[in-house]
Amino acid sequence: MFEQLANLLIYQLGGLSSNSHLGAALHFFVMDTAKIFVMLVIIIYIMGLFRTLLSPEKVREYIRGRSKALARILAIILGAVTPFCSCSSVPLFIGFVEAGIPLGVTFSFLIASPMINEVAVVLLMGIMGWKLTLLYVMAGLTVAYIGGVIIERFHPERWVEDYVWKIQMGEMAQPAVDTSLRGRHEFAKAEVQEIVGRIWLWVLIGVGAGAMFHGYFPESWAESLTGKDNFLAVPMAVILGIPLYSNAVGVIPLAEAMLMKGVAIGTTLALMMSIAAISLPELLILRKVIRLPGLLLFVSVLTIAIILVGWLFNVLI
Amino acid sequence: MKDIKVLGSGCANCKTTFARIEKAAQEKGVEISLEKVEDMAQIMSYGIMSTPGVVIDGKVVHAGGIPDRKKIELWL
Repeated sequence: MFEQLANLLIYQLGGLSSNSHLGAALHFFVMDTAKIFVMLVIIIYIMGLFRTLLSPEKVREYIRGRSKALARILAIILGAVTPFCSCSSVPLFIGFVEAGIPLGVTFSFLIASPMINEVAVVLLMGIMGWKLTLLYVMAGLTVAYIGGVIIERFHPERWVEDYVWKIQMGEMAQPAVDTSLRGRHEFAKAEVQEIVGRIWLWVLIGVGAGAMFHGYFPESWAESLTGKDNFLAVPMAVILGIPLYSNAVGVIPLAEAMLMKGVAIGTTLALMMSIAAISLPELLILRKVIRLPGLLLFVSVLTIAIILVGWLFNVLI
Repeated sequence: MKDIKVLGSGCANCKTTFARIEKAAQEKGVEISLEKVEDMAQIMSYGIMSTPGVVIDGKVVHAGGIPDRKKIELWL
């Protein structure tokens, strides 16, 4: 369907040849943007419907009092599907602590949430195919799981600021959610408008970069600049990603360019995870509840976990 | 006069929310007392975990994300 649309617009109406670089690039651009925007609208809408059932407050209720393994799995899944602004990290952290949820589980949630979101998943799928998307999601879930487990071993409780333990959460009535079908539809529609309005430019840039490579990237350049066998490539990518900060969406064009240049998949995934999961602004916010040694532990464990996952993918694929 | 509090630790979304309510009230000519609550203990005492939150006359009406215009006008 999208291919026919692109054929019609570029080759028939535009009169460009499919053999020309410009024609091929424009064709790819039209096909991919159309496909991605349609997918975005559908997926954000469905997630929006789903989200009327879910909020961090509810997530907390689901997790509290469960066995640790179950709590962690729930926290990671819910973290992946619940969006929250990084400015909510602090109340979220305190809320989890107050509910008696183990800190390691809370960290798993904090790791999973920024790494996996539906927009990144749609973009990955549209640009790089479902296999790589699945890999990225699995890698993210794995890092969140083992990251939380390892952090717990260090008894991070001792680095939590004292005031956090003293805060009592009120049992205020929460805003009533319109649970009628119409209310859910309105919410989902608003989500689509809000998210697409916020990211459409990123999508165009991302696809545009992809299209340029598609039409202009000489095949001979694609020989591996950074090979699979280069053991240091993964740690370098991860360390490079720590000071860089962008959300998972902004990283995708960069990742695509890296893959085009023959950078191994594990290395690319490692850079993506590092950029999305470890960010200075988020650390500064978390500093309000966790003292420096705890933050350093958080960053070190994440770094190591991402490196291991990167290596694993390079070995496996 | 409605007493409106915007709960949030000073992030961009919280500021936008504050500004939107302020503007909507001005446009509608509704008199409100608008206040920012940035103290974490106080924010949590309302039982919300996602900011920005909006409290009107002591009742939580919104939590998480910037409220849209329609919603704000409804509150006023």
